[in-house]
Order: sequence, then structure tokens, then C-alpha cells
Amino acid sequence: MSRRRHSDENDGGQPHKRRRTSEPIEIEDRLESLICRVGEKSTSSLESNLEGLAGVLEADLPNYKNKILRILCTVARLLPEKLTVYSTLVGLLNARNYNFGGEFVESMIRQLKETLKSNLYDEALYLVRFLSDLVNCHVIAAPSMVAMFENFISVVQEQDGPQVRCDWYVYAVLSSLPWVGKELYEKKDVEMERILNQIESYLKRRQKIHVPMLQVWTAEKPHPQEEYLDCLFAQVQKMKKDRWQERHILRPYIAFDSVLCEALQHNLPPFTPPPHSEDAVYPMPKVIFRMFDYTDAPEGPVMPGSHSVERFVIEENLHCIIKSHWRERKTCAAQLLSYPGKNKIPLNYHIVEVIFGELFQLPQPPHIDVMYTTLLIELCKLQPGSLPQVLAQATEMMYMRLDTMNTTCIDRFLNWFSHHLSNFQFRWSWDDWSDCLTQDLDKPKPKFVKEVLEKSMRLSYHQRIVDIVPANFSALIPANPIFVYKYMDESSSSLPGYPVTIAISNAIINRSSNDEILTILKDVPNPNQEDDDDEGDSFNPLKIDVFLQTLLHMAAKSFSHSFSALAKFHEVLKSLTDSDEGKLHILRVVYEAWRNHPQMISVLIDKMIRTQIVDCAAVANWIFSPDMAHDFTRFYVWEILHSTVRKMNKHVQKIQKELETAKEKLEKQHSRKKDSGDEEEDKNSDEEDGLLEEQIERLQEKVESAQSEQKNLFLVIFQRFIMMLTEHLVRCETGGVDFNTPWYKNCIERLQQIFLMHHQTIQQYMVTLENLLFTAELDHHILAVYQQFCALQM
Amino acid sequence: MSILNALRSDSYVDISQYRDQHFKGNRYEQEKLLKLSCSLYVGNLSFYTTEEQVYELFSKSGDVKRIVMGLDKVKKTACGFCFVEYYTRADSEHAMRFVNGTRLDDRIIRTDWDAGFKEGRQYGRGKSGGQVRDEYRQDYDPARGGYGKIIKK
Repeated sequence: MSRRRHSDENDGGQPHKRRRTSEPIEIEDRLESLICRVGEKSTSSLESNLEGLAGVLEADLPNYKNKILRILCTVARLLPEKLTVYSTLVGLLNARNYNFGGEFVESMIRQLKETLKSNLYDEALYLVRFLSDLVNCHVIAAPSMVAMFENFISVVQEQDGPQVRCDWYVYAVLSSLPWVGKELYEKKDVEMERILNQIESYLKRRQKIHVPMLQVWTAEKPHPQEEYLDCLFAQVQKMKKDRWQERHILRPYIAFDSVLCEALQHNLPPFTPPPHSEDAVYPMPKVIFRMFDYTDAPEGPVMPGSHSVERFVIEENLHCIIKSHWRERKTCAAQLLSYPGKNKIPLNYHIVEVIFGELFQLPQPPHIDVMYTTLLIELCKLQPGSLPQVLAQATEMMYMRLDTMNTTCIDRFLNWFSHHLSNFQFRWSWDDWSDCLTQDLDKPKPKFVKEVLEKSMRLSYHQRIVDIVPANFSALIPANPIFVYKYMDESSSSLPGYPVTIAISNAIINRSSNDEILTILKDVPNPNQEDDDDEGDSFNPLKIDVFLQTLLHMAAKSFSHSFSALAKFHEVLKSLTDSDEGKLHILRVVYEAWRNHPQMISVLIDKMIRTQIVDCAAVANWIFSPDMAHDFTRFYVWEILHSTVRKMNKHVQKIQKELETAKEKLEKQHSRKKDSGDEEEDKNSDEEDGLLEEQIERLQEKVESAQSEQKNLFLVIFQRFIMMLTEHLVRCETGGVDFNTPWYKNCIERLQQIFLMHHQTIQQYMVTLENLLFTAELDHHILAVYQQFCALQM
Repeated sequence: MSILNALRSDSYVDISQYRDQHFKGNRYEQEKLLKLSCSLYVGNLSFYTTEEQVYELFSKSGDVKRIVMGLDKVKKTACGFCFVEYYTRADSEHAMRFVNGTRLDDRIIRTDWDAGFKEGRQYGRGKSGGQVRDEYRQDYDPARGGYGKIIKK
């Protein structure tokens, strides 16, 4: 067995690709493999592969029918990017075996019901689309598909149920039309016309309050950020005007038309959409991200227009490929680049647009941010002659439009860009951006460059950043991340507390105990006290200052040194931060000492929360305090706040999980008792039950207390936002100046960001928020943010 | 509802061939730990790569619990590897998928599952005090002390 790390030898990841020679032994595995692989690169044509596979499966039907049914239903649900390949396969099987076709349709309907009940709305959508394409393959009769669509559309007439429920059913119909619109209109034009009219009037009357919160850019030019249903409807309208011509979708069934049109069709059973239930979680609305149009791809194939149905299909398929393969970046990149029909479209532009569309998606990207960075790097590796240029072009465009970009998206943009650059020696044409040097530092462009350089420095070091930018960029270069020691030398000897710092550092060097340190600290004068009759018990900020400055200075060498210091003197720190004022002050001291090194501030605060030296509310209060006003728009501050909220959320989830586990254990024990009937055993388990019940009670209390802390944290944050924004708005109104300053845009979008990043948790506290904070008396600019948030699940 | 084997593939997360020869326990026990571990070994670092840089990069896949920088056993200076520990398995899997094989400090770094940090594992196991790979390599790598020890001798 080799001792060397295997991954040292190859290019990192997917080592199994070389060794994938072992054939699946089981016939069932083989069937799955055959079915999954059809449509991939092959020496034979797709048609002959489909023909061959249909023959194999037909022969296996007597013995493996259920397995084949299950596999086909699963690929219909999970591989939507290969929809037409599999619908053709089902068509061929139906032509050879009518009963199988019927059973397949039944299984699909069962699966559809299941996915809708389980809140798997994306998968349900793919199933509906698959069923509609089966009309093209002569498996399902067109009129019965139209009838299903009619039932879908009747949902918009319902009295109860949120808008997002109707949205999904409308979307399911509209998004199937690129595949089957032509066929359905040819067979049932009157009914289809009625369906489209009903959709149109629904779209006209539905609420669109949520749209501003989901737009990446606030400007309409150069590309309007359209609401997803509006965009799709416009695309369908255009397709209808073109007499349902659709030239992009790969349709293998056309080659088999002579065989398929001989097949008998099945009727879909009448399908009633399941009623709305409280547990239903419908997909959130989206805004369509567009950054390119046909003018951007200089040569080669033309990019389909924003309202062309081709654009919709391409984007859908690319999204589906990412959804299927996001875990394996090499496969994902390869699949994206081998998109069928790639020669007729500027594929690189589509890919880059779809990837950034996901990365910037609000409220959250579908996958973790870093996946997109790594995927783009893989794509650059596979297309070194073309993709980096498209990426550079995209970056330039996004830089040009920073003024109207949502702050949350700017965060993601700068995170992506700095990480990306760190993989390419930070090579960039910074000179092209020297226009930002003439602007105020609080404007979006110079701010962006400054934050990118700061993030880049975290991945390298200060001198590197100085070296990579032109000399005239010096104002944007981050500070050298060095410690600022207040009690440095004799020049600070006049500072109160200076003598004690000497005593403290000696004590630390001599490994004094926590108690000894506390004793030394008693000598620190208290600037808050007039006389010393109340010794030691009232809050003494200077004590914290003296101790922590000295400690952190001694431990400044690295994160590990600082963490070690915090751990060693945990007792001292806990006693110094007993009060809320103490907690606030310790944060101030950390900031003062490490203000040049935001990353260090961030990790120290993280540690202090985790070791309960400070609590989450203290961090929130500190961030909103006047002390931090000058840094309020800096990226690192929001990193800290969001990290703090996340820690709080994870803490609550953890205890809730512990409670659930304990409850389950009790359940199990009870059911075991019921079955056993053994008296001796019963007595023992009674004792165990008692202990468990105690534990559950304790955990219940813990959960309640944690939830209360969590609610309080959000209240603090929202209250502070409201105060700051109201103050600003009032000041501007009385002063007669425009309120929409860069600071205001940043602040209101940060408020939005809190809602967006933690929307699931905040949902629990809606009633409190509405009653206490987001009342009708609030300035409408602030209230609008709250209303937009509510509209996301209405 | 069933899942396809093809879509279950998550090869970046699989354990490698490497097994720690100093591990206290048998192969099976080590593999069990590797499959549940939240700890990663990170290799091919420059000797100058700092804990801060490692923190920044690895924080992109989740909250980092702890970093232990690898040290030359004799000189007690950085010798080009470290351990990164996450709070959750999910976060460490993201690191295997998206940080492994990318650059830190201009070098392609490698991550691999680790059975868990134990005191003593922060030291290189090469005869000269650094990592074994630096004993025998023939190339010149300025970020890893120049030539391998075998050439220097």
C-alpha cells in the first residue's frame, strides 16, 4: 500500500476516472448504467444507440420491468437536461409494448403526486415537462395533456393559498410549451388559446412587490432584470407569433417519426392539483439575470434574444447540468462545454451568464459560492483560448455597472474576483480601472477595488498587493495588518494604567495564574469612578484595556497564538466582561488594537462568541455603535455580523436537534416497553424514562432560552437599522437634500441582506417583527423592504 | 424515491490511498475515521504560507474550527503542510470538492482526509526534520527550501 498521498500525483480529484473499468456485475446495475449513459459521447449516432437500447430493454421487460420503470422515472425526474433523449426512448418502448407505455405513464403520475406532496417542486416541474414531451413521442394523447394543463391553470381561481402556489402551476404550463406548444396548438388551439388568455390575465393582476428585492441591478439598462414569469410569458408569446417554431431543442424522436406515429397513445388520467396545505413550501419567485446580448459576442454564432424561447431552453439546460454535476467540477465543466447544439450559439457567453446568474441569485445562490469560483477555473482550463476572455469581459461589464448593483451581489462579486485572481497570480489590467481614482472613496467603484485588494491581501500578503497595482492606486491599498499597541513604550508612560501593563506582561511571562492576574488588575484606576468606595465591582473599562491590549500584543504573532492566549486567560476575560458594558468594551479594545487587520478582528470575535466571552447581541450592538460608524460600510463588518447571526442560528438548530433526538429515544423506549411485558425490564426502563424525561425538560428550557436569544438578536439588529435609517431620512428631509447617498444605498441594502440571508429563521418571528418594529408608522422606504420580504412567500 | 448511481458520484470526497503509518489502530478503524472525519491534511504549501492565508481560503467552504501548521521537527519552522479542522463534515466535504487542487500562495495545494489531529502529528517525518517528500525530491523549489535534502548532501 503506497504511503504517498495518491492525490499528490494526479491533478487533484476524480482519481477514479482512470480506474473505471470494473463493469457492474448485477444486471440491474448494468441496466441503470446503460440508460444513464445513452446520449453521451459515442462512436455511433444517438439514433442508433436509442434503437439499440430500446431493443435491449424490450427484451428485458419480462424479467426486469419494475426496475426499468423505476430507472426511467428517475432519469425523467433527475436528468432534465437529457429530457428528449429519454422521452424518445420511452416512445420507442411504447411503440413496441403498449402496456409498458401505459404503466410508465401511471408511474410518472404517481411520482408527480409524490414530489408535489414532498415540496420537491423543481423535480415535479421536470416530470410535467417530460410528460408534455411524451405527446411529441406519441405516448400521450394531446387532448389529455391539454386537460391536465387546464386543471393546472384552474389553481389561479382558488380563493385560498399563496400567490407562489399559483405561480408554480402557471410556470409548469408555460415552461413546457417550448417542447410541446406546437403540437398542442395544432390539436387543440381553442383550448390552448383559452389557457394562455387565463395566464395572461393572471400575470396582469398578480402582485410584484418582491421584484426590487431580487434584482441584481436597479437600472433597467442595458438589460432589464425581468420577473421570471413575465419573461417566460413574453418568450412564449414570441414563440406563438412565430407559429410555434422552435429550432434549438434536440428532438431525436423526429428521426423515428414513422415508427412512433404507428404507436397507440395513452390518455393521462384526470389530474387534480393537490390542495394547498400549511406544510407546503413553494419555490420563491426569481428575477432573470441577463448580462449579455448579441452585441457582446463579437464573432461567431449570434446569441438568441432575451425574449426568444431558445434563450429560455439554453439557460434551463445549463442550469440543469450544473444542478446534476456541481459536486464534480471537472465533469460539470466538461458537460457544460459539450452542450448539444453548441456550434449554433456563443456557448461560452451563455455559460458565463448562467454561472453568474446563479452566483448572484437572491436570496441565495443554489449552491455554495466557492463552487462557482472553482467551476469557472475548470472551464478556463478546458477552454484557455476563449473562456478567460469572456470572463474578463464579464468582469469589466460588472465593474462598469457597480453603481446600480445590489450590495449583496457586490459582496459576492468581490469575493469571487479576489479568489479568482489569487489563482492567476493576481494578473489584471488595473490601469483600465484608474477612472475610479478620481472618485470619492465611498463611491461604489473605488470602494469595490479597495475591498478586492483587501480580500486579495488576505490570500497573499501586504507587499504583494503593493507590487501588483500601479503606483497611483496607493490610496486603495489596504493598511499593513499590524497590531497597534497603545502602551508601546515610555512615550505612553503617562497613560493611566501603563504601569500595570508592565506588571501584567511580567505576570504572563512568569506563567501567573488567572487569580494572580486579577489581583494585579485591582491596581488599575477606574476612570468611571469618582471615589474608591465601591472597589472592583463596577465596570472598569481601563482594566479591560490594560489587560487585553497587553495580552493581544504578546500573542500578536499568529491566530494560533491569539487563540491560545484567549483560552489560557479565559477566566480573567469572563470576569472582566461580566456586564453588557464589559462585553461591548472588550470588542472596542479588540478593534482598537487590531484595526489594521480586519481578518484578525473577525476571528477573535468568532472565538470570543464561541467561548462565551461576548454574546451575539453585544457584537450586533457594537457594530451599530457610533464607534463603528466610520467603518459601517466596510465589507469586513458585515462578514462579522452575518457570521454572528449564523452562529446563533446554528446554536439553536443544534439544541433543537438534541431535543428531537432525546424525544425519539423516549418514543422508542415506550414502544419497546409496550412490546416487552417483562416486569423487571419495565421497572428498569421506568428509571431510564425518568432520566430521559428530565433531560428532555432541560433541553426544552435550553431551546426556549436559545430561541429567545435568537429573537432578541434579530430585534436588536432591526431596531438599530430602523433608528439609523430613520435618522438619516429625517435629516435629509429637513435639510432638503437627496437621501439617496452611497451610505444610504449601502445601509438599506444591508437591511435587505439581513432578510435575504436569514429568511428561513426570520419567518418564525414575523408576528413580533410586524407588531413591534415594521408598523405602518415607519417611513415607507424602510417599510418597503419588509413588505418586499413578506411578498417572497405570499 | 430512488437516486441514480451516476448522480451519487462524488469522487472528490472519496478517501485516497494514503494511510498514516503511525496511526494507532488497524486499517479498518482508520478508514472508518476517515469516512467520518471533519479534518483535512493540506499539502504542497509553501514554507512561507501563513495560518492567516490558510484560514481565509478554507473559510470559503465553511467555518474553520482549528488550523495546525506543520513544523520541521528540528527547526520548529513551517515545513509546507498543515491540518484544517471544520465543525461539520459537510463543510469539510466542500473543501475537498472546491479547495483541493486550487491555488494558495500561487501553489496548487492538495487536501486529503485525516483521521484526526494528535499531538506529534504536526511534525515532519523526514530524516532531516521536514516532510518525507522533501528528503528525496530532485527538483529545485525555492518555496520549499530549494533542492531536496538528498541533493544537498
